[in-house]
Amino acid sequence: MSDAQASACAFSSGGVLMNLTLFLQHLANGVALGFVFGLVAIGYTLVYGVVKLVNFAHGDIFMMAAFFVYYGIVLFSFPWFLSFLFAIFLTALLGISIEKVAYKPLRNAPRISSLCSAIGMSFLLENFAIVVFGGRQKPFYQPAVLNKTLNVWGVRIQLVTIITIVVSIGALFFLSYLVYKTKMGLAMRALAYDFDTARLMGINVDRTITFTFAVGSSLAAISAIFWALRYPQIWPFMGVFPGWRAFTAAIIGGIGSIKGAMVGGFLIGMISILLVAFLPDLAGYRDAFIFIMLVFVLLFKPTGLFGET
Amino acid sequence: MLEVRDLHVSYGAIKALKGISFKVEKGKVVTLIGSNGAGKTTTLKAICGLVRVQSGNVFLNGENITNKPTNEIVSKKIAMVPEGRRIFPNLTVYENLLVGAYQRNDKDGIQEDMEWIFSLFPVLKERLNQKGGTLSGGEQQMLAIGRALMSRPDLLMLDEPSLGLAPIIVEQLFEVIQKIHSEGKTILLIEQNAYAALNIADYAYVLETGRIVLQGTGKELLANEEVKRAYLGG
Ligand SMILES: Nc1ncnc2c1ncn2[C@@H]1O[C@H](COP(=O)(O)OP(=O)(O)O)[C@@H](O)[C@H]1O
Ligand SMILES: [Mg+2]
Repeated sequence: MSDAQASACAFSSGGVLMNLTLFLQHLANGVALGFVFGLVAIGYTLVYGVVKLVNFAHGDIFMMAAFFVYYGIVLFSFPWFLSFLFAIFLTALLGISIEKVAYKPLRNAPRISSLCSAIGMSFLLENFAIVVFGGRQKPFYQPAVLNKTLNVWGVRIQLVTIITIVVSIGALFFLSYLVYKTKMGLAMRALAYDFDTARLMGINVDRTITFTFAVGSSLAAISAIFWALRYPQIWPFMGVFPGWRAFTAAIIGGIGSIKGAMVGGFLIGMISILLVAFLPDLAGYRDAFIFIMLVFVLLFKPTGLFGET
Repeated sequence: MLEVRDLHVSYGAIKALKGISFKVEKGKVVTLIGSNGAGKTTTLKAICGLVRVQSGNVFLNGENITNKPTNEIVSKKIAMVPEGRRIFPNLTVYENLLVGAYQRNDKDGIQEDMEWIFSLFPVLKERLNQKGGTLSGGEQQMLAIGRALMSRPDLLMLDEPSLGLAPIIVEQLFEVIQKIHSEGKTILLIEQNAYAALNIADYAYVLETGRIVLQGTGKELLANEEVKRAYLGG
């Protein structure tokens, strides 16, 4: 078949349809990945919003969650579903402990001190994982039920993709309810502005911060599970790049803004998937594209898309 | 109701309070006046547990509350309107009021108090769904007072409520403070605007560089030569 014939074929109705279904398939993957980045980005943005700290260990908390699932299954022989819940719970505890040990003692110190502490915590977790879990990649358990591929009007979508999207939407609704409709959410938003005045209102600052870390870390655990179901090799540095991308997403969206973190996550998820799908030659430059986008957004809107000044 | 005994507070090497003592009796308006940097704000912060007391004690209805956590202190029916209003600009007026009632769970009572606050400050009702940050200075001060009242305190402490407001607004504000007092609240008022404060005060203390240098009824201090010269501009 010559080139001319090939392009003629692509322009026939069947070819267009083929490209459309292929495009929709990639779109679904992009949406799912966007949600995953978005949920991680929310973890950065929540913590930053409340305590004004970039939690550089967040990507490593994400990594730890994947290992918690792994050991839940391998060590304790939990059924996969229980193992997921176990990991979410442990990850929340981990986030809380990190705050208590590494950030709380520095709450009245200059901002740079807790930033350094966060970076240190990141290295600590990575090295802990190498020593305790080992540096080699481990296979992440793939529940057979989740591995089905569905055919929706000719578009082949994996069940995992759909579940990722549905659960993420559920998590988002829950989070919005929490932040905008509950007393704890009110306390978080008050704290975001001023600790002392929040104290005068009778808010227990320590408890509210603990809660914030628990929520952010749980979201990281949920996204780590979906990430590992999609890329089923886990290892101590698996959180590094997703962490950086999600952090970038939070900055693009405007750090402190939940909506912004979600939109930023979406943009980055889409770029990642669509680039690999349609410009595979450039896929290696994925992160370059992401950071170029960051530079452009910040050039025109230094506080990010939804950030407040 | 409130008694402060020989309070000392330092910020590093700076001694902000060098042993001050005073009393606020139930049902009275007591004022603490003094120029900038005298230690007025520090006194209120020390009472609320926002700064550490080095020595001395704070008693609330006979109970020693010195250096207790702030959220515990404010649960004992004491509320503070901080200097500079410090309303939450990112929350709506309604949410600002709600956060004032953070430790309460009686929905009906909260609604009742909110209605009472709207009767004191009708403008807050009109602005209910506006972000706090969009209010004018005077409105923000009203919101800050309303927010403090939402905890249904017995003792209301105000830190320079007149700061930065136009004279006519200040006048209205002092009328409302008197009204709040007449409805049964004890008031500890801190002011640089000595004339207005002394006029409504049952008892007053003059603070100078961390020490109480004068005290007396509002009328006595208004007539006092030293006070006239230093704080009343003549
Ligand atoms: N956070 C702080 N750090 C250091 N010094 C402070 C701080 N806050 C107040 N001071 C000092 O303490 C003294 C009393 O301040 P303050 O209580 O704010 O006075 P006032 O409210 O009467 O104007 C001043 O000398 C002030 O400079
Ligand atoms: Mg002051």
